[in-house]
Amino acid sequence: MIKQETYKQHISTQFNAELESVKNSLLEMGGNVERQVNHALDCLIKMDTGEAETVIDRDHAVNQMEVSIDEECSRILARRQPAASDLRLVLTVTKITTDLERIGDEAAKIARQAIRLSESGESPSNYVEIRHIGNYVVEMLQKALDSFARLDVELAVEVVKADKTVDKEYRSAMRSLVTFMMEDPRVIGSVLNEMWALKSLERVGDHTSNIAEHVVYLVRGLDVRHVELEELISQVEESH
Amino acid sequence: MQHHAIDISALNRSPVNSDDAAENCLQVQGLQLFYNADVQALHDISLNIQKKRVTAFIGPSGCGKSSLLRCFNRMNDLVDGCRIEGKILLEQENIYAPDVDVAGLRRRIGMVFQKPNPFPKSIYENVAYGLRIQGINKKRVLDEVVEKSLHSAALWDEVKDRLDDSALGLSGGQQQRLVIARTIAVEPEVLLLDEPASALDPISTLKIEELINELKTRYTIIIVTHNMQQAARVSDMTAFMYMGKMIEFDSTDKLFTNPARKQTEDYITGRYG
Repeated sequence: MIKQETYKQHISTQFNAELESVKNSLLEMGGNVERQVNHALDCLIKMDTGEAETVIDRDHAVNQMEVSIDEECSRILARRQPAASDLRLVLTVTKITTDLERIGDEAAKIARQAIRLSESGESPSNYVEIRHIGNYVVEMLQKALDSFARLDVELAVEVVKADKTVDKEYRSAMRSLVTFMMEDPRVIGSVLNEMWALKSLERVGDHTSNIAEHVVYLVRGLDVRHVELEELISQVEESH
Repeated sequence: MQHHAIDISALNRSPVNSDDAAENCLQVQGLQLFYNADVQALHDISLNIQKKRVTAFIGPSGCGKSSLLRCFNRMNDLVDGCRIEGKILLEQENIYAPDVDVAGLRRRIGMVFQKPNPFPKSIYENVAYGLRIQGINKKRVLDEVVEKSLHSAALWDEVKDRLDDSALGLSGGQQQRLVIARTIAVEPEVLLLDEPASALDPISTLKIEELINELKTRYTIIIVTHNMQQAARVSDMTAFMYMGKMIEFDSTDKLFTNPARKQTEDYITGRYG
């Protein structure tokens, strides 16, 4: 079982520092992405196009972080040839950066929908679904990043479970938005924009679930991608 | 949802290594080694060495990995005061049984050491040596075995025009491959390699590793190495030893990505144990 102090026990203090730094950079990127999603949701609900432009602009910073963290990882792979938990850490970090970068893209998409919604006029839904799923997904992302920081497999499994709830909520939100369109065809344009934003949130949930699966690999060495939830839970329990 | 699993690692392996129930070549059972009455070098070692696979022993200096390797061809018999308990079975027969012919055993289990040790003779005579002491002197037979062994050791092309030159004129890496050619000339079943590349430069080291990969289609290979990356590169199975005990023995893939024991993890990742 690896613990947080595991990364501070190398004979090479330089190696300790490198792993610590790549871990911290990833958490920083995670925090950044989480703010982007939150901010984008805010813009959409408040129809604040100016702030939405800021979110779109800041996506470059997230992309840049992905590149620099991946560079650091390839440097560690080339120079240190990490093994076992160190190897799993480096692999996990490069995979998580990809998912975080995609979440950043989704945040920018939500911000774009915010601008379109303010142009096409307010959606009659009052954004109940967006608020609800948005808060849920942001909380999931926080938990996923926490599970990485604390190497907490139980928390990671919770995140994977939560994504199933998001999928369910997403489907029912889509149904209720369709009823708005049927009631009044004039709102189709704005409701469609809201649907795109919802789709982005659903994708954020998927990427967050991927992050949690990478954490399971990091801590237990189990590859639980493309595994049904029940199977994942039983594999995690068995490996304990 | 259907899920198609593709085992990419299987693509990189030769077919002899793909079946899980590989035959055992050597079985170590409850082996204890004492250098004096009170110095115990190996504690209750048990493991199976699979046929035509590469097994690596890793561990810090003094952990007993070389002692264990030397047990396989009874090299420890030469050490005064050395006592062994337990069994090592080669093809089901205990090599420590009283009636075993040790010279015959060492023909079946050849060994290569850290420092290349060619004899001060010609390249040809080095490889032919094992056959000559068996009484084989027919030139046609010797020529054939020398060429075949040098080919197998990936040295033929480099030395074919100077077989009568002294072996001592070869580079370190060539000398080590010559020693391997000499060892395989007598058609052993098992090759014991004790740090075979640690005195060599990186290119010669890679050639030896490449050679190990070729030789494992015909021989069972056991290698002791300080270089963990080397163990990770060449072996199918890896045993981690510490203070005379076998701490963990598993497939190399598993041991280097997700070892079960903390001591193994600490050693292969360079942590304070």
